[in-house]
Amino acid sequence: MTVAVEPARVFGSGIRRREDPRLLTGTARYTDDIVLPGLAHAAILRSPHAHALIMRIDTSRARTAPGVLGVFTAADTDGILTPIPCCWLLPGSKLKTTPYHPLAKDAVQYVGDPVAVVVAESPYQAQDALELIDVEYEPLPAVVDPQKAAQQGAPALHAEAPDNVAFHWTVTGGDVDAAFKCADVIVRERIVQQRLIPNAMETRGAVAQFVPATGELTLWNTTQNPHIVRFVMSLVTGIPEDRLRVIAPEVGGGFGSKIAQIPGDFITVFCSMKLGRPVKWTETRTENYQSTTHGRDHVQEVELAATRDGRVTGLRCTVWAGMGGYLSTAAPGIPTILHGLMLSGPYTIPAVKEDVYGVYTNTTPVEAYRGAGRPEATFMLERMMDRLADEIGLDPVDVRRRNIIPPFQNGHDVITGLKYDSGNYEGALAKVLEHVSYDALRAEQKAARDKGRYIGIGVSLYVEICGLGPSQVAGAVGFQGGLWESAIVRFHPSGKVNVFIGASPHGQGEETTFAQIVADELGVAVTDVKVVHGDTDATPMGWGTYGSRTTAVGGAALAIATRKIKDKAKLLASHLLEAAVEDIDYSSGRFFVRGVPDRHKTIQDIALMANVAWNMPEGMEAGLEATSFYDPPNFTYPFGAHVAVVEVDPETGHVTLKRYVAVDDCGPQINPVIVEGQVHGGVVQGIGQALWEEAVYDDTGQLLTGSLADYAIPRADMLPDIEVLSTVTPSPHHPLGVKGIGEAGTIASTCTVYNAVIDALEPFKVQSVRMPLTPERVWRAIREGAERGAGAPPLDTLGAP
Amino acid sequence: MYAVDFDYYRAGSLADAQKLLGDHPGAKLLAGGHSLIPLMKLRLAAPPAVVDIGRVAELRGVTLSGAAVRIGALTTHTELAASADLGRAAPALAETAAQLGDPTVRNRGTIGGNIAHADPASDLPTVLVALDARINVVGPSGHRTIDAAKFFTGLMTTSLEENEIVTSIDVPVAQPGRGSAYVKFSHPASRYAVIGAAAAITLSGGTCSSVSVAIGGLVAHARRLPSVERALTDQAPSESVVAKAAAAVAADLGRDVSGDIFASAEYRTAVAPVYVKRALLAAAARASAR
Ligand SMILES: Cc1cc2nc3c(=O)[nH]c(=O)nc-3n(C[C@H](O)[C@H](O)[C@H](O)COP(=O)(O)OP(=O)(O)OC[C@H]3O[C@@H](n4cnc5c(N)ncnc54)[C@H](O)[C@@H]3O)c2cc1C
Repeated sequence: MTVAVEPARVFGSGIRRREDPRLLTGTARYTDDIVLPGLAHAAILRSPHAHALIMRIDTSRARTAPGVLGVFTAADTDGILTPIPCCWLLPGSKLKTTPYHPLAKDAVQYVGDPVAVVVAESPYQAQDALELIDVEYEPLPAVVDPQKAAQQGAPALHAEAPDNVAFHWTVTGGDVDAAFKCADVIVRERIVQQRLIPNAMETRGAVAQFVPATGELTLWNTTQNPHIVRFVMSLVTGIPEDRLRVIAPEVGGGFGSKIAQIPGDFITVFCSMKLGRPVKWTETRTENYQSTTHGRDHVQEVELAATRDGRVTGLRCTVWAGMGGYLSTAAPGIPTILHGLMLSGPYTIPAVKEDVYGVYTNTTPVEAYRGAGRPEATFMLERMMDRLADEIGLDPVDVRRRNIIPPFQNGHDVITGLKYDSGNYEGALAKVLEHVSYDALRAEQKAARDKGRYIGIGVSLYVEICGLGPSQVAGAVGFQGGLWESAIVRFHPSGKVNVFIGASPHGQGEETTFAQIVADELGVAVTDVKVVHGDTDATPMGWGTYGSRTTAVGGAALAIATRKIKDKAKLLASHLLEAAVEDIDYSSGRFFVRGVPDRHKTIQDIALMANVAWNMPEGMEAGLEATSFYDPPNFTYPFGAHVAVVEVDPETGHVTLKRYVAVDDCGPQINPVIVEGQVHGGVVQGIGQALWEEAVYDDTGQLLTGSLADYAIPRADMLPDIEVLSTVTPSPHHPLGVKGIGEAGTIASTCTVYNAVIDALEPFKVQSVRMPLTPERVWRAIREGAERGAGAPPLDTLGAP
Repeated sequence: MYAVDFDYYRAGSLADAQKLLGDHPGAKLLAGGHSLIPLMKLRLAAPPAVVDIGRVAELRGVTLSGAAVRIGALTTHTELAASADLGRAAPALAETAAQLGDPTVRNRGTIGGNIAHADPASDLPTVLVALDARINVVGPSGHRTIDAAKFFTGLMTTSLEENEIVTSIDVPVAQPGRGSAYVKFSHPASRYAVIGAAAAITLSGGTCSSVSVAIGGLVAHARRLPSVERALTDQAPSESVVAKAAAAVAADLGRDVSGDIFASAEYRTAVAPVYVKRALLAAAARASAR
């Protein structure tokens, strides 16, 4: 008699990503690699003005240029394209949408707003012909700062919103005014969450093939959510959804910048419809910077009320969130639902209030960028925690501990109305502090300071909302779609498995991790499972990959589908083994008669028998596959605690990040190596915001950081090794307990590094420096501190003249 | 990013390159292409023709000959960084090449292209000026040699005349007692120099018998800092003496410093002495070790 040995679970093992060989050997195929017979090339003429009326467009010279197939402006799209819809219509916020035409109609609202398109036989000819289009503009005053744009007398962008306010959204909980009235201590800060450019390695692009004879459109599109693209493309072009196929080939990163449907996508499709030829459009990096969505862009005024012994009693803030020239697909939800509802973070705060103004400005539309709303919320809170600590003379860790929510396994109601699923914030904090030997680190800092070296330590906690989310909640908060996911799991006769998912991974590694889930659930080898995604004709419906939701929602759909398969397989096994189903046991891919392990069928045997269907039980359908739609009962709430150590060069203001430690809790980890990679990338993008990145516009709305030579993104040699640790607190409502890890690092790291730098500057009594913390800004803050005196080291001890 | 249409010629030899330039008015030389091609793709430059000298073997390589090392114009930054001869003769130059740009830029970019392009934020001009390098060129009116300090004349302008080609650069071999160093404040995005300071010091009997120091990045072109040199000459290079000498940078720069959105002119002017000080201290430390 053989004893069934439970094989090691592949769930939890750091197997290599199966995506990597094709990515690393250059054989992956992106949208720009798609070549079709008769392919034509589009180039888009973009506004050089941030705000102007279009008086006249003369395309006659361009139309006769060599190789040109067509030149189109907004007038040509009348009756063919509708404006691009905004898909997050926040209720109760007086939301004012405005017509967002793929090609600008009478006015342009930002530098980069599309004005005309040329289609030619080659991309060079298209580019040459662009220069032959004459556009007469009447420039108008522009406004780029969201707070200024909301002030009286600011230049107005749209007649529909003469005060530029696209919406005003509020969240309240408890009696915040009372909290401030009786506060022992109030700290205030104005924080600028500067505008960022997402910088996916692959810029945006599309290949559209419209076949006039059938009225069918195939669109290859670099997107995070092909099913949403199909839906919205159908609305804008009138091509019925059943004739519309969207394929997301290899997608070279998104970070939120490939969620929205942007003008270029519609323009490309329009050109193919007009010309009856396949048309390709690929953004240059310059275009990408000007016209693919940006992130963040908040001006925040924050106040925190507390008792003298460090208990927070209230948090009150006003945020002006720049929306850019038009409301992008999901834009209104980001500084509100994904931001304001997370205001109290991992702390018990009895009263909160936030007013968020979404403001039109003459800039590129703003959308989700990794973390989307949550980094901006975490920053406010964690910054204010440090300010409070400073004000009352407590260690930043002690202040946090006085307010932290105690551990909970199954639900915790929060003042903003959310219910966190599970959390052990103290556990993560204790782990990170122990790992860095916090007390010793503080002692080292002091010793260094005595020698004129300025070391700073930053500690942050975070909790994030992800796994979006219950569709009922989506509907209630105005999201114009659902937020469930689906999966099909199909056994082939040979026992191999295909998984079809609606979500659309683009670098996160779900081809690997989803195979790991299936392997364990069905008892097959992980190499026998292949995951198919990114083609609306091949996969079931899903709402896409963003908001750290693919595993939290799509992974759940997958787990449930595998369990349905197992149920059916068990019935078939009982039939084939001629035993009652109650007497059938299952262990790692084998069904056997209880007590008689030799009488068994492997799941592959069952798959074959189900597919040939020679001997099925009465009423059982052929085949072995299952579909599941999973609509989560709640969001998931990953959390963590991070520590950064920096050193500031007082002579030049340079910040060196010496150490970064992340403790994250995303529940059970399907693949810890992939988790580590996600944390690395996320942490680094957050550090980028703290130290280097900003999309800078001048007052006239020109983008001054127009290329990678001006816009600094972090590179490996600018960073220490990121130390990644974790704790594990399962989500009580997810079938696998998992929560999501895609954005965690970004949410925590900006503030952790920022707090560390401010801590390093403590002798100079610096309380805030605008991000990014460039050498010049830090140097000025030091000098101003030294000049203010008040115990700061005098200027001449800083080395520099 | 698509360049305007242009013709492409590949030169087989230096003489061939000269002829091609003569035959095609407005043609541009193409070496590593890492300055010219970006300009063409952004359509900021639109030469009717390019003459590719990338395979002209006689323009390549580092050779030691007596008191100088000769560096062929086509020598890439990677080759500069890896050259053992250069590492001994002019360590500051080899080190500078090693921290310039990123690996791709270093593998393609050449010293000749770098100096001919004369970007104010380039690194090599500053070092060459500090090291008293001489630049050999050939043109329609024959060969000539130009002192590095006179080669750079303004923002992206040099004393090269029409159709003159840089063939090589001669750098004096460091004698015992001499040390050199380059200290750079890199722009976090472009990696070009926000400020670059290069220094060479000869020590005899504990004092500086000769000091040469140059700065780049913050002014229109690399230039020497005579006030700093004077202040340190014949002094023992202690930290405080060097710091004091470096403070004279202000006198040499005057109001010539320019700034941008990343670092203002005021800030660059204020921290320039820090970089000069660090370069001088590093050069002095090496001088005393040799
Ligand atoms: C991303 C990036 C980062 C960079 N970072 C740095 C940096 O940190 N520091 C730095 O110093 N540089 C930097 N560079 C510039 C780099 O060093 C270039 O390679 C160099 O400036 C030009 O050399 P090239 O061989 O590529 O010249 P090309 O681009 O081929 O030519 C540049 C110009 O010089 C002319 N030219 C070329 N060779 C000759 C010759 N022999 N005689 C006469 N004229 C000639 C050409 O006609 C052209 O006008 C960077 C470049 C890039 C793209």
